[in-house]
Amino acid sequence: MALPKHASRLERIWHYTYLAICGAIFLFLMAPILIVMPLSFNAEPYFTFTDKMLSLDPEGYSTRWYDLLLTFGMLASDAPRDWSWWQDVWANSAWINAAKNSIVIGLFSTIISTTLGTIAALGLSRPEMPGRRLIMAILISPMIVPIIIVATGLFFFYSSISIQNWGIPYLGVILAHATLGIPFVIITVTATLVGFDRSLTRAAASMGADPITTFLRVQMPLILPGIISGALFAFVTSFDEVVVVLFVGGLDEQTIPRQMWNGIREQISPAILSVATILVLISVTLLATIELLRRRSERLRGIKQS
Amino acid sequence: MKLTTVLLTTALTSVTFAAHAADVTVLSWGGSYAKSQEEAYHKPFTAATGIKINSVDAGNPATPIKAQVEAGNVSIDVADVEFSDAVRLCDEGLLEEIDLSILPDAPDGTPPEEDFIEGALQDCAVANIVFSTVMSYNTETNATAPDSIDDFFNTTDFPGKRGLRKTAKANLEMALMADGVPASEVYSILETDEGVDRAFAKLDSIKDDIVWWEAGAQPPQLLADGEVVMSTAYNGRIFNAAVGEGQPLEIVWDGQILDFDLFVIPKGAPNKEDAMKFVAFATDTQRLADQASWIAYGPARKSSGPLVGLYSDGKTEMAPHMPTADANLSNALVNDFEFWVDKDAELNERFNAWLAS
Amino acid sequence: MSDASLDAPLAGQSSALTTANGQPLKQALMHAQAHAKRRAFYLVAPLLAFIVITFIVPIGQMLHRSVYNPGFSLHTNVSTGVETPLMTNLKVWFKENPDGTEPDEAAFAALAKDLLVLREVKAAGQAGTRINYELSGSRSMFTKAARRAKRLEPPYKEAILDLDKDWSDPALWRVMRDATSPYTMNFYLAALDRTKDETGSVTKVPENRQVYVKLFQRTLFLSILITFLCFVLAYPVAHLLATLPLSKSNLLMILVLLPFWTSLLVRTTSWMVLLQGQGVVNDTLVGMGLLDDGNRLQMMYNQLGTVISMTHILLPFMILPLYSVMRPINPSYVRAARSLGATSWTAFRRIYFPQTLPGIGAGALLVFILSVGYYITPALVGGADGQLISNLIAFHMQQSLNWSLAAALAALLLGGILILYWLYDRLVGIDNLKLG
Repeated sequence: MALPKHASRLERIWHYTYLAICGAIFLFLMAPILIVMPLSFNAEPYFTFTDKMLSLDPEGYSTRWYDLLLTFGMLASDAPRDWSWWQDVWANSAWINAAKNSIVIGLFSTIISTTLGTIAALGLSRPEMPGRRLIMAILISPMIVPIIIVATGLFFFYSSISIQNWGIPYLGVILAHATLGIPFVIITVTATLVGFDRSLTRAAASMGADPITTFLRVQMPLILPGIISGALFAFVTSFDEVVVVLFVGGLDEQTIPRQMWNGIREQISPAILSVATILVLISVTLLATIELLRRRSERLRGIKQS
Repeated sequence: MKLTTVLLTTALTSVTFAAHAADVTVLSWGGSYAKSQEEAYHKPFTAATGIKINSVDAGNPATPIKAQVEAGNVSIDVADVEFSDAVRLCDEGLLEEIDLSILPDAPDGTPPEEDFIEGALQDCAVANIVFSTVMSYNTETNATAPDSIDDFFNTTDFPGKRGLRKTAKANLEMALMADGVPASEVYSILETDEGVDRAFAKLDSIKDDIVWWEAGAQPPQLLADGEVVMSTAYNGRIFNAAVGEGQPLEIVWDGQILDFDLFVIPKGAPNKEDAMKFVAFATDTQRLADQASWIAYGPARKSSGPLVGLYSDGKTEMAPHMPTADANLSNALVNDFEFWVDKDAELNERFNAWLAS
Repeated sequence: MSDASLDAPLAGQSSALTTANGQPLKQALMHAQAHAKRRAFYLVAPLLAFIVITFIVPIGQMLHRSVYNPGFSLHTNVSTGVETPLMTNLKVWFKENPDGTEPDEAAFAALAKDLLVLREVKAAGQAGTRINYELSGSRSMFTKAARRAKRLEPPYKEAILDLDKDWSDPALWRVMRDATSPYTMNFYLAALDRTKDETGSVTKVPENRQVYVKLFQRTLFLSILITFLCFVLAYPVAHLLATLPLSKSNLLMILVLLPFWTSLLVRTTSWMVLLQGQGVVNDTLVGMGLLDDGNRLQMMYNQLGTVISMTHILLPFMILPLYSVMRPINPSYVRAARSLGATSWTAFRRIYFPQTLPGIGAGALLVFILSVGYYITPALVGGADGQLISNLIAFHMQQSLNWSLAAALAALLLGGILILYWLYDRLVGIDNLKLG
């Protein structure tokens, strides 16, 4: 928004004030995320910049908190760091185990929500879909209903059907996270289907393709970016979710957010900040992926970048 | 498609890696206390039996037990709870009874019934330690050192925030003691409605200066960070922060409240047999004595006393830091478990209404 | 295509148009349409079934607890599953004697018998807890009396009153009468700081116990405040993003989307690091000499902490809908207004701002709906007075274990949110929800 040449003095002042305000708001948005990164390398167990850190003295920085992420929970953390030490890390480190659990839960819940969500979005985007508005409202509601209500409901429900005795680990949490991820899949996939040219499927059908072939060969490639970004949203939702895990998950089912939650409530060591930094880097990667997908989708659907 | 297969296989392998269904899940209080139990009980137990221990934490382990058993969704095998909670949960039929004959004798052959201190053995519970709720302060943030429980409630001479546990228990007693009630009369006064009103009125006088904590690991942290100048805390946590980590923290023993921590097994625990084994193993003479070298809590067996030596730093004598040391008992209160068995629910209900209003 | 358009040209004709295989065209079309409808529905059905089972049913089941509490009427043994009806004798007495009858010897005899059952099945705590929900201080009366139930001898009235004179309290008998039926609306009354007095009419609870209405008000107030702050902060940023060329605004958009994609716990932790007494903000202020070291600002463990962190966390939910409304606004309208002599303020107020109203509505409703149900952030940074209604629901779920009250509070909260959700659907349309 360039300033016109004929702008008055007052307008100029206002324009620069306005830019300054916007800058401050962007700072407000980003500062909390940026601040944790340098602090996670703090050599001291504090949450402030020590004098050594401010003078960029290498002694003020250390990777000890990242190291703690590996060693916390190990049987013999002081042993020499050879193959068996790394085995110990893999088997016993609390954060590594939490990461494994988070990934497994996230992966399976994403598969469920993306599969069911994509199929449903195909149906929802058909003009002849009966009761579209109501069904859409129901399917989006997990995003709107306060998480504490969902969590308490699921706590009683899964207890009443004794899901913990079914022999499938994390089943309750996986199903719950799938439910929470569904609105995101529905929203992103229907959004890509809105611009979908239905004559393409008719063309495929007229050339003798059966519905499944039509879907896989014609629709799927076009809406794939939507599906993938929906899946990423679903995965992030699960990966970041703590309340349902607290209520539904067994006490031994630790995930990264749960481990963080316990850590924050008890003893916030800078180790939490190193986890936070890693998570921020993961979000940056995911965000970049989404952006690439969006561009690809627009290119495929012939929407021009203006 | 290939990628998906690889991902799925990896995922499934890690499921089997991460979930050890047969582990005994022990629910305790977290922080340095859980650490002491891991060192003194869990690791030797795993070494001796091959059974792995999965150690988990809660602000108060008694609450999840009740919730889990009543909802029929029990995942805890052993929990470490306070005296009145153990008796109350047992009364309500939420705990497995523990056959005391599984407990080993003392090394000199004294049977457990005589070896454990009075009250430490209950129908559904076996005590492991004596701990104390004490008042503590940061020596660097207080201009003058507080030396009595009265000072905790005196915000004029000792300005600054106070940390208190977010529950009625111990707070009401301390409020009355600070209000001039001698330790011996605290519970008879709390029995009356006027006594409860009086305790709440005293708490009310510092309400705006209170930072509430829920987990035992919080008070040393709050004190060390300067978020509060004084706090109630479990004595062992303060000891570990002060002696173990060199934090500038002190304990004021005046008005301390002694209590047991006991092992209990919830009804319907998934690994009941192994849980029993664990309780018997962890409460033998040597294990209890070992634990005292990791944190300043008194062992529940008399035979463990002489075996308690130095702190794990190898130089600090533990005896004077124990809540039961003579010098620390001059104005001490022993938690009246019967009072709290009956009144816990209703006083906490009132406490929370007070907190929210 | 509607049926009417088919009917009109066919009217008066003796034979309707038919398809190749001789079916009437109208019927064939309807058939095909029904078929297409069914096909569309079959695609949605699996997900709908999944959501109903894993979401709607559990919530419904939980809400059932808000009106159903068998604490005083049924005991279930947790290990054997055996169910024992409780207070059966008292129930008979209540049936025979109308409301308000003073409890006589027969009533106390019935009570004594029931206490014996309570003792046998270890249900005194459960029954006492149920009564204690409505009459504070009565739980210990049940546990004490049940413990001595075996030693009770006639005359029972005297014996029981000897244990505790409060057993003659008419309010207690009133509550017990109510509680013998597992179905009750009393938890909704309690959730609204109301109770029934001894005559059964609804009254307010004493002032020092009025908690929930206040907390609903606080939740409402803080949510409005947070929504307003989000609006104030989002508007200029969204405007800047919408008026910059796409190449630049896409870059700046990353600054909005990155926080949006960052873990909620990470952002809350960051705020704790920034706001605490020895945190970055206080340190900076002290370091710059703006603040005395002894007077560090208390920005966390109170409402301020909740408001700051929640505003930050919800801000992208306001920026994104505003941006998507502002982007397509044609700048020539404002230019036209200016050329017609409007000041830039007037042009903004009269021309630009009204066009952004749909975005404001969408963003504000979304932020408000999300903040009313917020739990994690207030729990971590809210301290005692920064807690919202969700935290209280969690408290009754996990700590006090008064599940019926938690369910009643949840039902009230859910009701409010569903109304807002319906409003959102009417005004904005759920289809228009966009993510990034």
